[in-house]
Amino acid sequence: MASDTLVIIPAYNEERNISDLIHSIKQLYPSIDIAVIDDGSSDATARLAQGAGAWVLSHRFNMGYGVSLQTGYKYAVAKDYQCLVQIDGDGQHDPADIGALLAVVKDNGTDLVLGSRFLQQNDYRTSIFRLIGIHVFRVILKLLSGQEIKDVTTGFQAMNRKVLDVFVSDVFPYDYPDADVILLLSGLGYRIKEVPVLMHPNEEGKSMHRNPLNALYYIFKMILSMFLTKMRKY
Amino acid sequence: MPLRQQIVAVAIAISIFIIILELVRKRKLREEYSWLWLLTGTCLIVLTVWYELLLKITHLIGAVLPTSALFFFAIIFLMLVCIQFSIKISKLTDHVKDLTQEVAILKAANPSAGNSGPSDKG
Repeated sequence: MASDTLVIIPAYNEERNISDLIHSIKQLYPSIDIAVIDDGSSDATARLAQGAGAWVLSHRFNMGYGVSLQTGYKYAVAKDYQCLVQIDGDGQHDPADIGALLAVVKDNGTDLVLGSRFLQQNDYRTSIFRLIGIHVFRVILKLLSGQEIKDVTTGFQAMNRKVLDVFVSDVFPYDYPDADVILLLSGLGYRIKEVPVLMHPNEEGKSMHRNPLNALYYIFKMILSMFLTKMRKY
Repeated sequence: MPLRQQIVAVAIAISIFIIILELVRKRKLREEYSWLWLLTGTCLIVLTVWYELLLKITHLIGAVLPTSALFFFAIIFLMLVCIQFSIKISKLTDHVKDLTQEVAILKAANPSAGNSGPSDKG
């Protein structure tokens, strides 16, 4: 292991995007290691990722976005990486922003950096329901923690080893880790900051954690999880 | 309680007992899941043979008919079974998640087992 930083890409049937994404990251940050967590894809995601020069961690079954993320966290801890960046495999996140996220984690003493789509103008468009959901979670987070975060559901994040040590434990909510994770870290006294990033529309609309069939459950679960996170003692 | 009803109820309870014990004997059902079903069979036999007790329980919970009391406790029993299964499924989900993650990480650490290392170092 030459680098102390690992980029993890949770991916489920992303054969159309995965190679380009890995090549872009390697071109921009040649010294950073890349691990793709193939979440039981039925297409050539794993083979293409491996061919593009990434480590591939394959789930035997489709376990979901949160489990894929935690597999990446556990791999990073097992390999003793000190920093980790997570980026979605569907092409929504711009690899050029990885450097900005890492700079804050490494130089600014921040524990978790969130790539926010709402801090600058960009061409990101999403459904009105999702925007309402994000706003509701933002208000609940503010009420429960006092933390003011614009983009509470972003999957584009960078973190240091202290956060990784929390995320590999049983407290990590692996079904839908979003605003409840921010609340958890905030309650533990970790420093969280947002950085503006460019976010592209998800043209195919098939990202593993944006399945519209799960939307209602997601909203219910997230609100419940946020209140339970506040009630628990860690 | 009419004799015919008593015979039917006892026959059902004994059948439950035999089926559960046979499933445990054949290792198709673990002992830890059998106790709730065996308890149900026992309760059914006791309430059938000791009808006065069923009448007292019916009066105690404010039900009008003994059959209502029986249905009430049947629903309570099914809820308990469902809760027990939900707890177990939650634990099993955690275990499957941990095992899946461990296998993925071990394969990545040992490319000969899963051939998951990068094929292009550049």
